[in-house]
Amino acid sequence: MATLEDFHSDDPIAWCPGCGNFSILKALKQALVDIEQQPHELVIVSGIGQAPKTPHYLRCNCFNGLHGRTLPVATGIKLANHKLTVLAQGGDGDGYGEGGNHFLHAMRRNINITYLVHNNQVYGLTKGQTSPTSEYGFVTKTTPRGALSPALNPLLLAIASDCSFVARGFAGEIEHLAGLIKEGIRHKGFALIDILQPCVSFNRVNTFNWYSKRIYKIDADSQYKAEDRLNAFQKAQEWGDKIPIGVFYRNQRPTLEEQIPAIADQPLVMQQTDPGAFSELLETFK
Amino acid sequence: MDITIRIGGEAGQGIQSISSIIAKTFVRHDYYVFINQDFASRIRGGHNFDQVRISNAPVQAVADKVHILIALDEETTRQDIDCLADKGVLLFDGEAIGFSSENSNHFSIPFGRIASEIAKSKIMINSVATGAAIAFLDFELQPVLDCLQEQFQQKGSETIEKNQKSASAGYDFVRRNLKENPPFRVPSAKSVRQKMLLTGSQAMALGAMASGLKFYSGYPMSPATSIMEFISSQAARYNIILEQAEDEIAAINMVIGANFAGARAMTATSGGGFCLMAEALSLAGMTETPAVIVVAQRPGPSTGLPTRTEQADLNFVMHAGHGDFPRAILAPSYPEQALYLMSKAFNLADKYQTPIIVLGDQHFNDAYFTVDELDFRDITIDRGHILSEQDLPSSTEYKRYAPSESGISPRILPGHTKAVLYADSDEHTEEGHITESAAVRKQMVCKRMQKLEGLRREINPPEIYPAGEAELVLMGWGSTRGVIKEAVDKLNQNGTVAQMIHYSELFPFNPQHVAAADLRKADIIAVENNYSGQFADFFSKATGLSVDQKILKYDGRPFTSREIVDQIKDRK
Repeated sequence: MATLEDFHSDDPIAWCPGCGNFSILKALKQALVDIEQQPHELVIVSGIGQAPKTPHYLRCNCFNGLHGRTLPVATGIKLANHKLTVLAQGGDGDGYGEGGNHFLHAMRRNINITYLVHNNQVYGLTKGQTSPTSEYGFVTKTTPRGALSPALNPLLLAIASDCSFVARGFAGEIEHLAGLIKEGIRHKGFALIDILQPCVSFNRVNTFNWYSKRIYKIDADSQYKAEDRLNAFQKAQEWGDKIPIGVFYRNQRPTLEEQIPAIADQPLVMQQTDPGAFSELLETFK
Repeated sequence: MDITIRIGGEAGQGIQSISSIIAKTFVRHDYYVFINQDFASRIRGGHNFDQVRISNAPVQAVADKVHILIALDEETTRQDIDCLADKGVLLFDGEAIGFSSENSNHFSIPFGRIASEIAKSKIMINSVATGAAIAFLDFELQPVLDCLQEQFQQKGSETIEKNQKSASAGYDFVRRNLKENPPFRVPSAKSVRQKMLLTGSQAMALGAMASGLKFYSGYPMSPATSIMEFISSQAARYNIILEQAEDEIAAINMVIGANFAGARAMTATSGGGFCLMAEALSLAGMTETPAVIVVAQRPGPSTGLPTRTEQADLNFVMHAGHGDFPRAILAPSYPEQALYLMSKAFNLADKYQTPIIVLGDQHFNDAYFTVDELDFRDITIDRGHILSEQDLPSSTEYKRYAPSESGISPRILPGHTKAVLYADSDEHTEEGHITESAAVRKQMVCKRMQKLEGLRREINPPEIYPAGEAELVLMGWGSTRGVIKEAVDKLNQNGTVAQMIHYSELFPFNPQHVAAADLRKADIIAVENNYSGQFADFFSKATGLSVDQKILKYDGRPFTSREIVDQIKDRK
């Protein structure tokens, strides 16, 4: 059984002191230990931004690729070896801006990976520009008169795309977030976990205090049915004085991998090719 | 014997069903057939043709003149009549199209009426025309009937019978009405059914699959789509996953992911799609992940001529991607070579852990070639240096980017060992963690670029034909091999000592290969399907040799040997 120590990495952390990412990292490690994940059977794919540095601070297999392209790389890895636990990780700019198209299609495919989006509503790595989830009127270096477009609502988009697991966590609620990550990894299919993450350097509006006053847990309401899509649409539109966190929506549709006969017996990576077997095809050209 | 038949008409009229039955008939009788496809970017209408060349010697180029022109529409009679050879024959349906002629070589055959009478349907026009063409070649009809039987096997006996009767009626009509012997005869031959007829795309796909391709991701784009479709048709049989991506960026990133996990993976696209892949090409270089990318060229810039041919993406694939990283570029020119080069591409990608590009073009990818033999036993699979659990010392952590003399660091595959690996698109340490260190940066650039020297040693020299010294050297690369060879033969027959130098393994370039060819005394003429002579310029820079003339074609159509010979300037 893996312990927290097994996930320890010696790579020095390069985040700002007080960054919400520290809590997310803690929750992630806790979730991995709780589900008895072996580090060598885990791959975390990340993009570019502050969040995508996360896999370096864990002991795991890591592919830190291009900005916005986490999901295609993760999809390729999962299809090549579906025995691996595959996580994708990035920020709001990476996932909802640069990688928006891949986000839509990963949800459609329902590939069995868990996608953690550290959503701080601002660009951190490039030092404070507007993001797809910045609120309307949010003032940044590139929107000095305030953002002219309303914030993208990733949860609504996900529910509309019939994403099979849609959740929101908060970096300030580590135990709760660890629970969501566990559920997301255990869920068979594409799991989106949008994580509200205060940025201490560039977002002076959506701070820890701002969130703490507004956050409430959906699970507190035992009547809430995450299988009810219309209900989920309604819940996902709540924002302002009250901000829900928890599992908004889930369904049990088949994953991409389980529909592919080629990997019903064993993963692609375990399969050998005999070039001679292709001679039988030549008759069709004669 | 060297006879060419052109079938012209609108898209959707069934040009290909005529050309494929004619081609198959003669390939089965041990003839060499080459088909080039010339079509517009539309599903219905437009002017399109297939040109079927039949010979008793190998042919891999488009002929200058057509001996039998089958016009399925009026437009063909207008546009293509000039391509007819002396005594060339035009077959058309004077009852259906607004064309009439007093020329004794122009034959009106009521394709439509015959089809309606026999099969109560104009759909059978193609079979009538096929039968008529075979009669004009003075060849027996039975092999055509056999081909029709196979082609319509799925559709049932009624369809087979109607098509066969239509072909017979077309055949008989010509036999009855032709007053003299047909001018272009294909001698009767035994049916041996040994040779194969396949496209460049099919050969590339076969080569990839037999080399252990397990995962393909791509986005449809002419002329690369045929590769994806062929792999898709065989994916279930050979346990290959084919995932149609949302865009080319996703396609190549999926390929990188699958290769990272340890499955051989590739994508194919054309120039525009490859533009979108450029950042990820650089990612494969930086993370040292194998990737095979086929770029089937078509004329650009931008959307260009989507269904036509050009060789103008060489500079692009040579330089695509930001930063310095190693790559190799291969460009097959015939199916046997495509098989070999696809296998080589996968082996080099795994061995050097870097992207390998295979360049095709519409002419090569869509053309049908006759192949005597394809031997899959020649394919060896070299996965490069991959460590297993036993190879790893338990005392130290595995380092993905450990330094080595060759620049190659042994890989592990995630999940296959107890060790873990870090791969990063940022500059990274030996462990794969992000670094800003100047010293490490320098060390890592050198490590990656060291692999280019290894790749250079893997590249085979160009093909020289014929051997010996020459006064005139025609130099080309990729799909132009067949036509250059034919031009060289023509020149030699006419007293010029000419030679072909043809490159199919383009990059990294090895200047020593040229010294061996001893080109210093000859006039070098570059033959390329592009505006600027991209390879010629690269060649001059790499060798210091000047290219004396460039014969360039950039109208979207392939060369004929006559076009090349006619453009060779008088030399001093």
